[in-house]
Amino acid sequence: MALGNASTSRTPTASVGGARKGSRPARYSAFDIFRRGVTHADWPRSFNEHELKKSYDVVIIGAGVHGLACAYYLAKNHGITNVAVIEKAYMGGGGSGRNTAIIRSNYLTPEGVRFYDRSVKLYEDLAVDLNYNVMFSQRGHLTLAHNDASLRTMHWRAEVNKLQGINSSVIDAKEVGKIVPYLDVTDHARYPILGALYHPPGGIIRHDAVNWGYARAAGHLGVEIHQQTEVLGIETAGGKVTGVRTSRGNISAPIVVNCTAGWASTICDMVDVKMPLVTHPLQAAVTEPVKVFLPAVIVSGSLHVYVSQTDRGELVFGASVDPYPSYSLRGSLEFTEGLATHILELIPSIGSLKLLRQWAGLCDMTPDYSPIMGITPVEGFLVDVGWGTYGFKAGPVSGEQMAQLVATGRTPELIAAFDLARFADGRLVGEKGAASVGH
Amino acid sequence: MLVIDCPYCGPRNSTEFRHAGEAGKSRDVANSTPAEWRRYLYEFNNPLGWVREHWFHSSGCRRYISSERHTGNNEVRWVVPFGTPAPSTTSDKETGA
Repeated sequence: MALGNASTSRTPTASVGGARKGSRPARYSAFDIFRRGVTHADWPRSFNEHELKKSYDVVIIGAGVHGLACAYYLAKNHGITNVAVIEKAYMGGGGSGRNTAIIRSNYLTPEGVRFYDRSVKLYEDLAVDLNYNVMFSQRGHLTLAHNDASLRTMHWRAEVNKLQGINSSVIDAKEVGKIVPYLDVTDHARYPILGALYHPPGGIIRHDAVNWGYARAAGHLGVEIHQQTEVLGIETAGGKVTGVRTSRGNISAPIVVNCTAGWASTICDMVDVKMPLVTHPLQAAVTEPVKVFLPAVIVSGSLHVYVSQTDRGELVFGASVDPYPSYSLRGSLEFTEGLATHILELIPSIGSLKLLRQWAGLCDMTPDYSPIMGITPVEGFLVDVGWGTYGFKAGPVSGEQMAQLVATGRTPELIAAFDLARFADGRLVGEKGAASVGH
Repeated sequence: MLVIDCPYCGPRNSTEFRHAGEAGKSRDVANSTPAEWRRYLYEFNNPLGWVREHWFHSSGCRRYISSERHTGNNEVRWVVPFGTPAPSTTSDKETGA
């Protein structure tokens, strides 16, 4: 399975922001903005379209942040550029464009904390690495505790976090009120805030920019991204992957990586690999923009809500997943009502704000609220799935680690705990207390 | 909004119900091997299509019911009391699960 540097399709000049076959790399810079502003010169295309080839070294299914990051790190770190990213709709149109863009690493298990912290580190350098402004704002992340049980979990998480070198601590309600004055920290709230897990490196990012930045950088290194190309089947012979049938023709490939998150079961069914996944919609909503008043990301597990304010001033809300499995992307009134009720408990002063829109994304929930990454019983069929409600924040690290797995054929230590076999061996990585809200 | 036509109470909003999982799963408590337990506990069909499932009418009659629902658009084809045989309108070819 290992490809190493044996691939011959890499151009000698390929590097970050490097170009392929003579086309100049489109490096973005302040000077270039000025120059093009004066000369009115067109910006070069960020992405190119390609004819679908008959064969690739690696086929990645799903052009979301995971698929695109995997392709980018395959090309950048391992020189493997004969790669196709196959997407049935448009890039970044699934969970990668529907999440609430929160980045953090204050998880509950040492395996989880190490893994997500690597992602935060990669996100910190991503704008420079990709030459693309991803607007990462490390404004701080507060997980509120409204009862003794959740305060105990916050202390637990803080101690695990500190052992892994993560900036994370429990603060009391008074300090919470100092950081976010608009929160109701009085003790006569229906669910009084007793304290919070404070995680200063956490924050929000512009998720579309991350998707587009990875796509552009991967494309410059020679990776092909095929949008509106649906995978119809996966060919196997003797327990090994041999290729992929798509709506635009058949491809032969020895390695196929499933990065389809909410749709993961439908792809795994093509090779008869049963997965411990249940797909639930997760809804989110955004208000009209107002002046900046919310300086941190606020999460309340007890109230099933999280909120942050974007650079444009809109409040972005998320909640827990819908209570029954579905692939439907329709919003529901129950969600809006519950959201409004809960958020007004926390921030009573936003009662007159109007919701602009709500939407849903698909979450492939696992039994232990940790992802599933690595090999499957079908040789050459790799999975990067089970991303539930925490996929976007892990995009860079899972892309990096999956690329290493594809290139070397060995599961990297950082993702070894998240293998599919853990469900048979009873090695679950329980992140229920830290993965999201309302579970 | 998903409305489930409870055979005991009539059409009710899905918020009154608790989803009780895919139908058709069973295990032999006394004799199951670890691999069988794993399949029972952790493996789900999770199809995009018609799925047979159970619901608990937790805020209503507090009885279990069974239904067939399309997970793509949440259309409910039939609802019957738990343990009742499925109506014959379903073709298994269509379920695809």
